[in-house]
Order: sequence, then C-alpha cells, then structure tokens
Amino acid sequence: MKLTLKIWRQKDEHSKGKFESYQLDEVSPNSSFLEMLDQLNERLINDKKEPVVFDHDCREGICGTCSLYINGQPHGPDRGVTTCQLHMRRFKDGDTIHIEPWRAKSFPVIKDLMVDRSAFDRIMSAGGFISVNTSGNTQDANNIPINKEDADKAFDAAACIGCGACVAACKNASAMLFVSAKVSQFALLPQGQPESKQRALNMVRQHDKEGFGNCSNTGACEAECPKEISLENIARLNREYIGASLTTDA
Amino acid sequence: MSLSGLFLISFLLVHLGVNITMIWSKDLFNAASHFMETNWIIQSMQWILAIGFIVHIVYGIILTIQNRRARGVQYAVKKGGSAPLSSRTMIHSGILILLFILLHLRDFLVPMKLGLVDDNYELVAAKFSNPVFVIIYIVAFILLGLHLSHGFQSAFQSSGAAHSKYTPIIKGLGKAYFLLMSLGFTAIAVVMYFRSLT
Ligand code: HEM
Ligand code: SF4
Ligand code: FES
Repeated sequence: MKLTLKIWRQKDEHSKGKFESYQLDEVSPNSSFLEMLDQLNERLINDKKEPVVFDHDCREGICGTCSLYINGQPHGPDRGVTTCQLHMRRFKDGDTIHIEPWRAKSFPVIKDLMVDRSAFDRIMSAGGFISVNTSGNTQDANNIPINKEDADKAFDAAACIGCGACVAACKNASAMLFVSAKVSQFALLPQGQPESKQRALNMVRQHDKEGFGNCSNTGACEAECPKEISLENIARLNREYIGASLTTDA
Repeated sequence: MSLSGLFLISFLLVHLGVNITMIWSKDLFNAASHFMETNWIIQSMQWILAIGFIVHIVYGIILTIQNRRARGVQYAVKKGGSAPLSSRTMIHSGILILLFILLHLRDFLVPMKLGLVDDNYELVAAKFSNPVFVIIYIVAFILLGLHLSHGFQSAFQSSGAAHSKYTPIIKGLGKAYFLLMSLGFTAIAVVMYFRSLT
C-alpha cells in the first residue's frame, strides 16, 4: 500500500518542531505500525538522513515503551492495543497518517516522537511499591487468603504498563488513570495495607507536582488505554485519597 | 468541586419544587415564595448558597486554567470522540449558566429584595409574556441540562463513589435529574408564556 506520513520532527526539547511529509510506496498491510516506521528509517539512513526517533522495546504490547499519537488518537485507531500491536491493514491504501508525540507539559519531547516519561518513575518512587523484608523469611504471598473478586480487580489494575496514553488522551493531560491503577493494585490486597494512606497521598502529590492536570472524569483515558484500565480505579483512588487526607497527621 | 456541585444540585431541586407550584396555583406559589422570603433558615441558607456558587465557579475556573496549562503544545490532529461533548465543555456551559444567573438575579431577586414587588406571581407572569425572554430562559435550561448530564455522575466519581452495582443507578438518577431540571423549568416558562396570551 501507498501512504503519506506527516511526522513530527523536533531536534531536542528546546527547539521548535514541525511536521515533515514522507511518502512510502510499498508498505505491507501485514506489517505492524512500528515495522512501517522501521522501513521509513532504513530508507532515511540509506539516503544519509536522520532517522525518525520513536520509542519501542518489547513490540508485543507488554512493556509500555511504544507511544505515538496517530491520527488524533494515542496508539492509533484500535481499542485496547498498543502502537506495536497496531497493523497497517487497519489503514487504507493512499491514506495520510499524522504522527505526533504525546503532548503534555510533564512529558517533554526528547527528540522527534520520543518523550521523557520519567515523571511516571518519580510518581512510582513516591509510593508505588510495598516494603517487604527480604531477610530470608519472606512469607509466600499465596499463604494469605484473598477473595477472588478483589484479586481479579487488583490483577486488572496491575495490567497498567505505564505507557502514558491516558495522559495523551486526556484533555487535561491528567495521569489519574495511571496513578489510580498503581494505587489500586495495592489497595485491593492485604500486602498494600500498611502503607496505603501514605501511598495515596504521596503519589497524588507527586502527580500534581509534576504538572499533570486534574481529572474531570471525561473518560477519554479509559477509552484509549491499551490495557482498558477502568475508571472505577479513579473512584477508588479518590476514596483512598479523601480517606487518607481526613485521617493522617501529615 | 464535587461538594459544591452536589450542593448546587440540591439547591436546584428545591428551586424547581417551589417554582413548579405556579403551574397549578397562583396562591400556592405566592405562599411558597412568601415562606422562602421570611423563613430564617432559608434566608441564612441564601448566604451559604452564594458562597457555594462562588466556590464552585472560582474552583472551576482555577482547575480549567491548570488543565489547559498541563497540555503545553496542542495536537495538530485530534479525534475528540473518546469523551462525551458535555464533559469537554463544562467551562463553556458553566460560564453561560453564570451569565444567565446574573440576568436571572437582576430580573427577579433584585426587585424582590428591594421590596418593589407585591405579588411575586404577577412579576413572573409579566416577565414570561415576552417570547425573547422565554427563549433565553429555555436556552439556559438546555445548557444547564448539558452541564448536569456530565456533572451529576462526575460529582459522585470525584467523591469516590463507584461500584459495579450502584454506578449504573447513579448514572440513571443523573439522567432523570438533568431531564427533570431542564424539562421542569422549561415547562414553567412555556406554561407561563401561553397563560399570558389568554
Ligand atoms: C446551578 C448551577 C450549577 C450546578 C447545579 C452545577 C453543577 C456541577 C456539578 C455537579 C459538577 C461536577 C463536579 C465534579 O465533577 O466533581 C460541575 C462541574 C463544573 N462546573 Fe458547575 N454547576 C453550576 C454552575 C456552574 C457555573 C455558574 C460555572 C461557571 C464557571 C460552573 C463551572 C463548572 C466547571 C468548570 C466544572 C468542571 C470542573 C472539572 O472539570 O472538574 N458551574 N458543576
Ligand atoms: S492506565 Fe492505561 S493508558 Fe495509562 S499508563 Fe496505564 S496502561 Fe497506559
Ligand atoms: S513496544 Fe512494548 S508495549 Fe509496545
């Protein structure tokens, strides 16, 4: 198939970027979106031009590294998949495809389509963990009975791969879906209880400090999340946060 | 935001309850509005209501400014369908409702407070004999419906209430509530207009 690509090119964080047009003539409908970009990059390299920088790693929808805002949607037109799982047969011969980086003040562009998502790492360091003694007498997690419904919900929340599509999709560039998934996976399990209050407070505080917007419950994140993380998690986060604000000293 | 929103929601319910009486009986409405004007609990609630509005509006504007800043560079191509229109236009419907409220206070509250009106029903009847006035009011009620169609369930989500059993009920109640408000106030305006023709 023949495609016209309009790709955002930007030298570094502080330069002004712009769209560049590229023509691709022989794209296989069976190739993935990233393979199509590889094809473009090989040509650019052969022509001694700068290849387009974009993030990717596992290419099987589990690591959360790939991104791309494709024709106005994070991870492109399909629901519940990442860009690496998107296939070119989803597009039509002769299509023009706009490719932009995630746009959020808290995700500055590093180069072209690659953005700096370390804000998510800092939110995780603020509370997205449980503290366990690894002194050799660690308890087997399976020894603690947990009801099936909670275990399933915790597992669903834990499916978040930290890709940032929720931020990219949200009109407020809010990362509440991400934070809520990370808080929920612990809030639902006994292992998460000792640190639950501090976790909710600290992660939300770090979220706000990073400059992400406020959640206004539009639901764009849930619709665009490749792991279909539910808005129910945001309500749980709000519950945890309000409860913790009212009952802790700090 | 959610507390002030829920507070305004309960206010609107009372407001509609009082006003709807004028459809049936002039005396009933005048008695109800006389009660509202003289009861000390209602009168002190007025101040809390004013504060509720101010908190809601100021907070809504601050949040909107923060949220716009959080994006930075805008997308060139955006496919907006993943969130409902009502949720994306809260600030717009909100500001238009605010303009309407100012107009509404000028028309009714100010003359009533200044003691210029002996018969509240007659004041309403006179105002609603003007079709332009009626249309402005109906447009405002539609905007209010838009604001509430997102706002009602959003306020519950913000306060942490979500549950696979109860969320559908809340969403259903939200629909019933915004339709009741929009249609209820519109019905009053329309009835009063046609009554003025006879
Ligand atoms: C009778 C009048 C009003 C009622 C009943 C009402 C109700 C609500 C409710 C229930 C919410 C949702 C709160 C939440 O999600 O937590 C909301 C949000 C909002 N309201 Fe109002 N409102 C009214 C008037 C106004 C006015 C006059 C403005 C003027 C600026 C306004 C601006 C907003 C904004 C910007 C939001 C969205 C906040 C966000 O995105 O989180 N509202 N409103
Ligand atoms: S919540 Fe969904 S969209 Fe957001 S980071 Fe996690 S997987 Fe990505
Ligand atoms: S590259 Fe790992 S999820 Fe797409």
